[in-house]
Amino acid sequence: MTHVRPEEQAREPGAVGVPEAEEGVRARRMTGHVSRWMSRRLRIGGRGLVIAIPYVWLLLFFLLPFAIVFKISFAEYRLGLPPYTALVEWAEGTYLRIQLAIGNYQFLLEDPLYVEAYLGSLKMATVSTILTLLVGYPMAYAIAKARPSTRNMLLLLVILPFWTSFLIRVYAWIGILKSNGLLNNFLMWTGIINEPLPLLYNEFSVYLGITYSYLPFMILPLYANLEKLDRSLLEAAADLGAKPWKAFLTVTLPLSVPGIVAGSLLVFIPAVGEFVIPDLLGGPETLMIGRVLWSEFFNNRDWPVASAVAIAMLVLLVVPIMLFQHYQARDAKKES
Amino acid sequence: MRQFTRSLIAGTAMAVAMAGGAVAQEEKVLNVYNWSDYIAEDTIANFEKETGIKVNYDVYDSNEMLEAKLLAGNSGYDVIVPTSTFLARFVQGDIVQPLDKSKIPNWKHLDEDLMKGLQANDPGNEHAAIYQWGTNGLGVIPEKIDAAMAGEEAPMNSWDLLFKPEYASKLADCGIYVLDSPSEIFPITMAYLGHPHNTDDPAHYQEAEELWMEIRPYIKKFHSSEYINALANGDACLAMGFSGDVFQAKFRAEEAGKDFTVGYVIPKEGTAMWFDTLAIPADAPHPENAHTFINYILQPEVIGGITDYVAYANAVPASEPYVSDEIWNDPAIFPTPEVKQKLFVDTPAGQKLDRLRTRTWNKIKTGR
Repeated sequence: MTHVRPEEQAREPGAVGVPEAEEGVRARRMTGHVSRWMSRRLRIGGRGLVIAIPYVWLLLFFLLPFAIVFKISFAEYRLGLPPYTALVEWAEGTYLRIQLAIGNYQFLLEDPLYVEAYLGSLKMATVSTILTLLVGYPMAYAIAKARPSTRNMLLLLVILPFWTSFLIRVYAWIGILKSNGLLNNFLMWTGIINEPLPLLYNEFSVYLGITYSYLPFMILPLYANLEKLDRSLLEAAADLGAKPWKAFLTVTLPLSVPGIVAGSLLVFIPAVGEFVIPDLLGGPETLMIGRVLWSEFFNNRDWPVASAVAIAMLVLLVVPIMLFQHYQARDAKKES
Repeated sequence: MRQFTRSLIAGTAMAVAMAGGAVAQEEKVLNVYNWSDYIAEDTIANFEKETGIKVNYDVYDSNEMLEAKLLAGNSGYDVIVPTSTFLARFVQGDIVQPLDKSKIPNWKHLDEDLMKGLQANDPGNEHAAIYQWGTNGLGVIPEKIDAAMAGEEAPMNSWDLLFKPEYASKLADCGIYVLDSPSEIFPITMAYLGHPHNTDDPAHYQEAEELWMEIRPYIKKFHSSEYINALANGDACLAMGFSGDVFQAKFRAEEAGKDFTVGYVIPKEGTAMWFDTLAIPADAPHPENAHTFINYILQPEVIGGITDYVAYANAVPASEPYVSDEIWNDPAIFPTPEVKQKLFVDTPAGQKLDRLRTRTWNKIKTGR
């Protein structure tokens, strides 16, 4: 904010360096100064406001709820309203008593369920992210390569499913995958199989559901990245004798890493906490942290433990991502 | 209760914007929170016409959803319909208020025996009236079960059909669904094993775990509402579920003209019965109107009309003339006195027992 823009610097000496003449002129100059000063202030104010909006948003919708959940995770269950104990209370109206129960976090480590569920979620999310990348990359590449007229059409087709309810699209998969569903009936009709394949209520159907639902989150950032790719680099590679696949591996792929990272994070993070898809498409052995959180909250009605699970999940998820970002930024700096 | 819903949406899509504040002269508004598909089509309209009170009507599909909303505070609802075990916790935690029975003259129509049964959850019947009641049992498609058994006799009226691997293994292909709710599963399992239904002995839970582990490979889906669809479509041939939900599946299969029939069985070994009750949250903004509403519902012709529509039993014997014979005489809906003997009313579990149940259930479901 201390930085003064060049055009202001240029104007400033002119305004100050005028010899003092008639009172009226001076007065006019003064008001000129004031108004210019005012407008500069306002401009800064306007800019500050624009910057402040996302911060206020973050504060209201991320930090504040996070603080509340964090607070509850240190309370203990009780029967009543609200269903957890107060951290701070006036004991006999004389002194302030603060009670922090760290037992909730200890509990998460004692019972292998939580660690297993967390690892299960990581595995589901990792595999789905890789699948989404494998399917999404060629699609994004093809869209970026397409003629501008068809490109918009293709992009529209990627976004189009979003106009239908997410829940209905997941339900549609049940109709396709179930044992007397569309796919099995078709395969049996063609004679490829004699018995229906177990396509639904297992890990396969969850991977399929997540990959399908999150595909646009992978395609769009990848497309934005690949579309900006400088074609002349590929031409140069070709001129130097690189075959197309070699040019792709040494030029296109490394340059699209930011797109891959952005897309993968957009898929991976929500996939870890995914609840609806495993609930509808998953089998009983699909153990994910979202489901465990749900049963803590609703079946056990233990809000403090549920909050502790949520906080632990956030920490375990955010820390590796921040480390990753940190090293990426450092590498980028080194390169430049 | 627990009627069919597509329903994660139903729970979340509820906008509750209400002005609070108890005033001497209550505004003519009432906020009702009930199970989905759990009232006759004209009940609310008739109530509004008769009393001039405007009703905001919201629905949920699980007790857990209702409980989470109430516990968060300031739910804004005036009348809620919790199932008896949840009601018990609301009573203990002062989350519902005692009813002023002088404002509910129709209280006299309530069946004394059933209200006595409810006392296990609401001592002295101070907080709630029975709305409808039912049982947890088995939804079956006899044609498909007979075909799967290939000539062998299947005990269609017994929990053995589900709990004995020799039957469950044969039915695996035609589809077995069970409720995904430890608080519903374990009382029934314990009763089947011959233990007290609300036992908190870890050894009993070990035994229950072994029982379930044996049949677990034959279960297609653990879910508390998907089986309605599955039975109606013929994707399931056996489902452990709530009586009314199975009837719902039955009606839907009939409507779709399927070539099979869905039936509901109260197993001969006995099962859990539950009451859905009318209660008023402690922080209800319109308690006066709420009393008026409960009194209105308990009129024999009103509650009879509801039973006739939702196919659950009510606790108002005088409503018989307003219920079709088909429903009133169906022993799966209004069980005979002999069957009633075998039913037990579940009591609420404490925090520790809840945790034991949930943990055991998680082990069973995930197989580890």
